[in-house]
Amino acid sequence: MENILQERYVQLENVNMTFNTKKGTFNALKDINLNIREGEFISIIGHSGCGKSTVLNLIAGLLEATSGHLFCNGREIAKPGPERAVVFQNHSLLPWLTCFENVYLAVERVFGGSETQMQLEARTYAALKLVGLSHAAEKRPHEISGGMKQRVGIARALAMEPKVLLLDEPFGALDALTRANLQDELMKIMAKNNCTTVMVTHDVDEAVLLSDRIVMMTNGPSATIGEILDVTLHKPRNRLELAENAEYNHLRGEVLHFLYERHAKKAA
Amino acid sequence: MSVIVMKKESKGRMTDTIKQQEPSPPATISVGAANDAVEEKVSVAPKQVANAFAINPRAFFEWLLPPVIGLGLMVAVWSLIAYQTQGFPGPIQTWHAAVVLFSDPFYVNGPNDQGIGWNILNSLQRVGLGFGFAALVGIPLGFIIGRFSFFSRMAAPIIGILRPVSPLAWLPIGLLVFKAANPAAIWVIFISAIWPMIINTAVGVTKVPQDYMNVAKVLNLSEWKIVTKILFPSVLPYMMTGVRLSIGVAWLVIVAAEMLTGGVGIGFWVWDEWNNLVVEHIIIAIFVVGIVGLLLEQGLLLLAKRFSYE
Repeated sequence: MENILQERYVQLENVNMTFNTKKGTFNALKDINLNIREGEFISIIGHSGCGKSTVLNLIAGLLEATSGHLFCNGREIAKPGPERAVVFQNHSLLPWLTCFENVYLAVERVFGGSETQMQLEARTYAALKLVGLSHAAEKRPHEISGGMKQRVGIARALAMEPKVLLLDEPFGALDALTRANLQDELMKIMAKNNCTTVMVTHDVDEAVLLSDRIVMMTNGPSATIGEILDVTLHKPRNRLELAENAEYNHLRGEVLHFLYERHAKKAA
Repeated sequence: MSVIVMKKESKGRMTDTIKQQEPSPPATISVGAANDAVEEKVSVAPKQVANAFAINPRAFFEWLLPPVIGLGLMVAVWSLIAYQTQGFPGPIQTWHAAVVLFSDPFYVNGPNDQGIGWNILNSLQRVGLGFGFAALVGIPLGFIIGRFSFFSRMAAPIIGILRPVSPLAWLPIGLLVFKAANPAAIWVIFISAIWPMIINTAVGVTKVPQDYMNVAKVLNLSEWKIVTKILFPSVLPYMMTGVRLSIGVAWLVIVAAEMLTGGVGIGFWVWDEWNNLVVEHIIIAIFVVGIVGLLLEQGLLLLAKRFSYE
């Protein structure tokens, strides 16, 4: 039993998602079946509009599947909860709170019942330190850069000590250099934390660099999982070494082939 | 009868004081100060502009010219009408009356004859009370209506029917229920000031970015935390707009309400001076109402700026 739960830490079973829109019903996802191992890093990649964020929101519990079942650690996912932390694409920090207060809000909610205020504050500082933002604790979100905001978002999520970390295109809005820096940092952080992670992305390099498996989705409507690619590259990974690595380039090619040949999106 | 007699006396007193106090410097200063205050409020502008003026007097002149021309034009039209119309005082006549009036703003000559200062303060007090009660009721109500669609749909027909009603139509109800003029006037302010606050607060709540609500859901925040940490700060700018509109409406309505209810107040004073045919004072009252309204509006705008986060 223990083993099965580890193998299927997060489980999606025949998940269908239909949205009711003004123009009628829209079938976004069809027959999604996916098992995620405990501690695994999964990337979901696909063209925009293929419903990859919908999958993430379903796991987060922000959406409810039209049919099918989702489980986390053997229990059905019914609503959002702090054991499944989300890092949102647009950081979603509250602009009227400082970075510290933004993280503290999450820490207080999860550990407030069992810990003293000093312990809670220590947790908050530790989370900010983890993402290298101790110096910006008292700043408000509009006073820091986009990359820093996203780091606070990651700190907020990690401070909750989630069982599952959900990243919704976490670096999508950042410039290439900042993105690379944050990817490297995320790799280091994940090496320490080792929590189960699902990341939605449209960046092929990011997916190959960070993931254990890459879930490639077909185009919508009625999008489903087209193929799952195992990334066997050993960890820790280094982007400079990988640039020359034959397997890395092969995997990268696989994803590109899937996205731009077999499931190319027609020009809108 | 006694009221009329008293008024005649007071009028006599006024004409006396005009002769006596015409060259009195303190009066000029007090009126001048009021005008300066208005100019300052009008000139609420970003700091860079102010700095630019320090370097460039020409820019300052060009910036100042249009409003000065505008005010000048207004005075010119006024003078023209006054010149053409029998018994309509012109700017100079009104200015002299204002100098007299503002030189002694806080005299008390019986219940129906008090200084302009008392009239303004009494009106402000009514507006403050009516508006305060409206805020106490309207803002929480707006939150509830915005947060829960059940209450929103419940309130929709009530608001839809009651909001378009002219404020003064509520006065008889107030007189009936409170059996006194003053609470009835406050009631009229309350009922006319409450709608913008309810509606703007409710709209603000529905406009809270979905991202923030998602954060609340993922963190599984309590309803109290959602209200204090997310809803309230996020709604505040909308709420301040509602407050500003409400104060505007309240100040509009008070003049009309006081004309009907009497007592001490700027509205009653206008009506009283019409009965006394002191047209200068009516014109002064119009300016006073306008300037006080402008000050209230600008004050709230400044307050609103302090509460904007981005």
